[in-house]
Amino acid sequence: MKEKLLVNPIDCEGHGVCAELLPEMIALDEWGYPIIDGRPVPPALAKDARAAVNACPKLALRLVDADGGR
Amino acid sequence: MWYISRATGVVALLLMTAVLLLGLLVSRQGRLPGLPKFAVTGLHRNLALIAVAFVGLHVVTAVADGYVNIPLISVIVPLSSSYERLWLALGAVSLDLSLAIIVTSLVRNRLSRKAWKAVHWLAYLSWPVAWLHSYGSASDLKGGWLFLLAIADLLVVVAAVGWRLAAAARDVPRAERVGLLMNAVHQRGRNR
Amino acid sequence: MTTAIDTDLPRLLPRDGRRAQGWREHAARYDRIPYRNAAGRLIADVEASGLTGRGGAAFPTHRKLAAVLQASVRKRVRPAVVANGAESEPASDKDATLLWLAPHLVLDGLQLAAEAVGAESAVLYTHADRAGDVGGRLREALADRRDDRVPVSLAFAPPRFLAGQETALVSHLGEGPAIPTYPVPRITERGLGGAPTLVQNAETLAHLALIARYGPRWFREVGIPNDPGSHLVTVRRADGHPRVLEVPSGVGIASLVGETASIGALLLGGYHGTWVPAAKAVRLRLDNESLRSVGATVGAGILAVLPGDRCGLVESARIVRYLALESAGQCGPCLNGLPRMSAALTALARGRAPRGTRADLERWAGLVTGRGACHHPDGTARFVKSALRTFAAELERHERGQCGASNATPFLPLPQGTARTEEDWL
Repeated sequence: MKEKLLVNPIDCEGHGVCAELLPEMIALDEWGYPIIDGRPVPPALAKDARAAVNACPKLALRLVDADGGR
Repeated sequence: MWYISRATGVVALLLMTAVLLLGLLVSRQGRLPGLPKFAVTGLHRNLALIAVAFVGLHVVTAVADGYVNIPLISVIVPLSSSYERLWLALGAVSLDLSLAIIVTSLVRNRLSRKAWKAVHWLAYLSWPVAWLHSYGSASDLKGGWLFLLAIADLLVVVAAVGWRLAAAARDVPRAERVGLLMNAVHQRGRNR
Repeated sequence: MTTAIDTDLPRLLPRDGRRAQGWREHAARYDRIPYRNAAGRLIADVEASGLTGRGGAAFPTHRKLAAVLQASVRKRVRPAVVANGAESEPASDKDATLLWLAPHLVLDGLQLAAEAVGAESAVLYTHADRAGDVGGRLREALADRRDDRVPVSLAFAPPRFLAGQETALVSHLGEGPAIPTYPVPRITERGLGGAPTLVQNAETLAHLALIARYGPRWFREVGIPNDPGSHLVTVRRADGHPRVLEVPSGVGIASLVGETASIGALLLGGYHGTWVPAAKAVRLRLDNESLRSVGATVGAGILAVLPGDRCGLVESARIVRYLALESAGQCGPCLNGLPRMSAALTALARGRAPRGTRADLERWAGLVTGRGACHHPDGTARFVKSALRTFAAELERHERGQCGASNATPFLPLPQGTARTEEDWL
C-alpha cells in the first residue's frame, strides 16, 4: 500500500525532529516548520518515515494512504 | 540481594530524575549541546524504559530477599505490606503511575491527545512520590553522601520544574501571537 | 405544482424591487414545501439539477447531501444540519441580503435539506453584527412558519473573517472558539457533537427550495450547462455602493461593473480572490472556464472595482493587514508568514521598501500556501500575488517614490477594529 506523509499543522509546533530523521522528504522552512514532500514514500525510506512519525513529540506527523483522503 | 535492591533503587531514582528533566526539555524544544534534536526525545523515551527496568530489578530483589517479608502484591497494591507500610505504599503508587505513563505512551496513537496528556502529567506526581518512598524507606539516604545526593536531586527537580512553569507563564496565548508579530514587523518597517 | 413556471430572473430575490417577503408574500408566491416524506429522495433531483455550493467552494450539493446521509446511516446517528449565513467576508453582502429579503426560501431549503439527510433539528448561522436587523427578521420569520418539520435555532458567528469557515463554524456551535480545526475525518463524517454534519450556504438552500418545487430542468433553464442556475453576486462599482444582483452564470462581467472607463482594476472573489486589470476583466464572463484564464473562480460572486483614481497597492496593503490580523495563529506558516507579508506589502505601498522586499513577499506567499489547517494563507497568498502582477506598473512608480493615484480615501470595506484576545473568537 502506498503511503504518504501528512502533518497536522495545528498540532505541529516546529520541533523539527522529523526533518532530522527524514531529510530526504522533510525540510524546514525559515521558521522551523516542516515542508513535506507529498509524494508516496519510497520503500527504501519507509523505515525512516515510520521513525519520524514515532519521534514527533506532538504526534503531528502521520502516514496515510496515498490514494485516499485524510 | 537486599543490597542490590537498595542500589538499584538509587539508580532508578536518578534515572527517573533524568527522564523528568529530559521531558521538560522536550516540552520547551530545548537541546542537549552537541546532540541532534531527536536525541532529546529519544533519550527521554529510552531512559524511561531503562528506569522502569531498574525499578523492576529493585522490586524483584526486595521481594525475593528473605530478610524481610514483602508480599509480591504490595509492589503494585499500596498498603498491603506490613513492613514499612507507608513508605512501600508510596513506592507502589509511584510504580503504578509510571506504568500508566509508559503504557499510554506506547499506545499513544490510539489515544486522544487529552487522555494521553492527562496521564503523562501524572509524572509530576509520580516523581515526588518516588522520592518520598526513597527517602522514607531507606536509612542509607538519611546520612552521608547519599543524603546529599537525595537533597541535591530534589533541588534540581524543583528548580527545573520552576523554570518550566516560569517559561510557560511567559508564553503568548495563540490568539495574541499574531497581534504581537504584526506590531513587531510593522514597527521594524517604520523604523527604517 | 404551479402550471406556468416562470423561468425569468430574479428567482431568489423579490420581483418587486427590494420589498422583503414575509410569510404572506412567500405563501402567495410559492406552493407549500414539497416534502418527499423520506430521507434521500430529494438527492436525485439535486444531482440532476447540477446545483453546486454558493458559499465559494462550489462543491456539488448532491454529493455533500449523500455523504452526510450515508455516514449517518452507517454510524446509526442523527446528522446535524447548519445553514451558513455567516458571510464573514467583508466585501460580500449577498447572504445577508437574501436572508433579509427572502428568509423563507432559505428556511424552506433548510427543512428540505434536513429531511434529505434525516436530521431532526437544524441551525441557521448568521453574523453577530447583523443580529439586530437580520436576526430580528429571522426570528419573526421562524415564528410565522406553518410547514416546518424540524425545529430551527439561530446562532451568531463572531465578527471574525474565519468564523464562516466550515470547521470554525462547527467548532463555534460546539461551544468552542470560531477558529478552524484540522478535522480528521471530515465534518460530513464527524462534525457537530461528533455527528455527520451538513453545512450548506444560505443561498444554496434557497436554490434547493426552488429545485424541489420546480424540478431540475427548470433550474437548468438559466445559466450555462457547466454551472447551471442563477447566482447572487455582490458588485461594488466605482461609486462604492455594494449592489446585490441575481444573475445567470456565464453573464458578461462588463455588464455588471458599470462605467468601465473609470475602472483601474477589478477584484474577483473577495479578499481571497484575484486582482485583474480592467481591460482584461471586462472581456470575462462569470463562469469558471473564463475566469480560469486569470487564475480566478466564480466563488461567492464578489466583484469589486478599483476606481482609476485609487492606488491598488495601498488598497491591497490595507486588506492584507486585515487578513493577517484575522489569522487564527494556530499554524506556524500562517502565523509567521502573513504578518511579514503584510509588513512587506505596506512598505511597498508606502514607497519605503528596502531592496529584496518584493522577493521576500513572493517567497513568503509561496511558503504559506497549502501549509495551514484552512485556506486562509492560500487565499491571502493568491490575493497578494495577483496584486503584485496587476499593479506591477504601480510598483515601479512607488520604487521611484511616486504614486499614480490621486485619491487616498480607503475604498474597499473593512470592519472596524481588530482586538486580539481569546474572547474575540468566542
